[in-house]
Amino acid sequence: MKDHGKYQPLSYFQLMETTLRELLVEKGIMTSEQIDAEVEEMRARTPERGARVVARAWVDAAFKSKLLKDGSGACQDLGLEIPGLKLVVVENTPEVHNAIVCTLCSCYPRVLLGIPPDWYKSRNYRSRMVREPRTVLAEFGLKIPENVAIRVHDSTADMRYMVLPMRPAGTEGWPEERLATLVNRDSMIGVALPLSATARLQI
Amino acid sequence: MIERSHHDMGGLPAEKVEPGGLDATHDYALWERRVDAMAVLLQGIKPGTKRLVTVDERRRAIEMIPPKAYDAMTYYERWVISLAEALIQRGIVTSEELARKMVEVEGRAGR
Amino acid sequence: MQAAKYKVGEKVKVLKAYPLGHIRTPYYIRGCVGEVERICGAFPNPEELAQMRDGLPPLPLYRVRFRQKEVWPDYRGSDRDVLEVEIFEHWLDRA
Repeated sequence: MKDHGKYQPLSYFQLMETTLRELLVEKGIMTSEQIDAEVEEMRARTPERGARVVARAWVDAAFKSKLLKDGSGACQDLGLEIPGLKLVVVENTPEVHNAIVCTLCSCYPRVLLGIPPDWYKSRNYRSRMVREPRTVLAEFGLKIPENVAIRVHDSTADMRYMVLPMRPAGTEGWPEERLATLVNRDSMIGVALPLSATARLQI
Repeated sequence: MIERSHHDMGGLPAEKVEPGGLDATHDYALWERRVDAMAVLLQGIKPGTKRLVTVDERRRAIEMIPPKAYDAMTYYERWVISLAEALIQRGIVTSEELARKMVEVEGRAGR
Repeated sequence: MQAAKYKVGEKVKVLKAYPLGHIRTPYYIRGCVGEVERICGAFPNPEELAQMRDGLPPLPLYRVRFRQKEVWPDYRGSDRDVLEVEIFEHWLDRA
């Protein structure tokens, strides 16, 4: 018998995935090519897409104004493909810090930012973020001063949310591409601030 | 006990969040990405696809997973189970078709 | 299409009811009073969509803002901290 290396038996869930996929393809409901193409499209959806939106909003006041009124429309203006997304963008200011959660499942603007992080889908985050946001944010290392209000958004229905963080100090005159490198996924969920102008990027 | 569904957890006590750094997202396996892809393709939001199973039907099926199983399962494990249940409910696949195909796939995998 | 019953800024109260089925109004917000932050538009009813029905006609959906101190009796944070939740019209009454 050939040695294929460490044998990993199929879990019940992996078996179910293979089963469903083969049945759906056999029934002509979808093709393998369509599935592969969607897998690749999803791989390409990374938080960098959201970072582009944020960077544009930082440099273009008219875009920012549209973004806050019609998030999806503004993303489309930027050439981003966002099938079915109804985006609401909420703006951080010196008086208000925003954070996003989906207590009922894990709704997230996936077609813009990609798949959400594991902690976002966890019982701990989903349960506590609506009730004790300041404590939870502190667990992320983010301490929000008492004089800044916290606005927690529970995405329970059709809208999906993204935070527009404040532009870091010391970035005057930076080109958009460089500004986008400061915008990480967690700052667009609201559990972190963007990188500072002097931060070194970890590869 | 029954009037609050297990998935409806906002405000309930829980433990500290473990963010694990900015790259807490684990590297999703191909089977997980395919579950996601199939769910999207059945939703009818992509050009050239018909809406056959709504996200609402899948959510309902996830909500009906018993509490212990819900907590023990990972995100895509819940998704694949709810996808199967929703497809059965819709009559797009039958339990019998699932059974026969599962036996066939297991046979190939040498189980 | 049905016109939205409530206006931005209006005070609304979430139904204090615990029905069965697929519900997208979280348990923790039922019975709470908030104000309409925006009207999101009208969308098919998820409670019906989950049951393989078409959920039509679309129902008005609101983003409602609640003061944290009014949602949780033991809330320890700023008086100005708020929680914003999307709620369908049939779950809301005038406060």
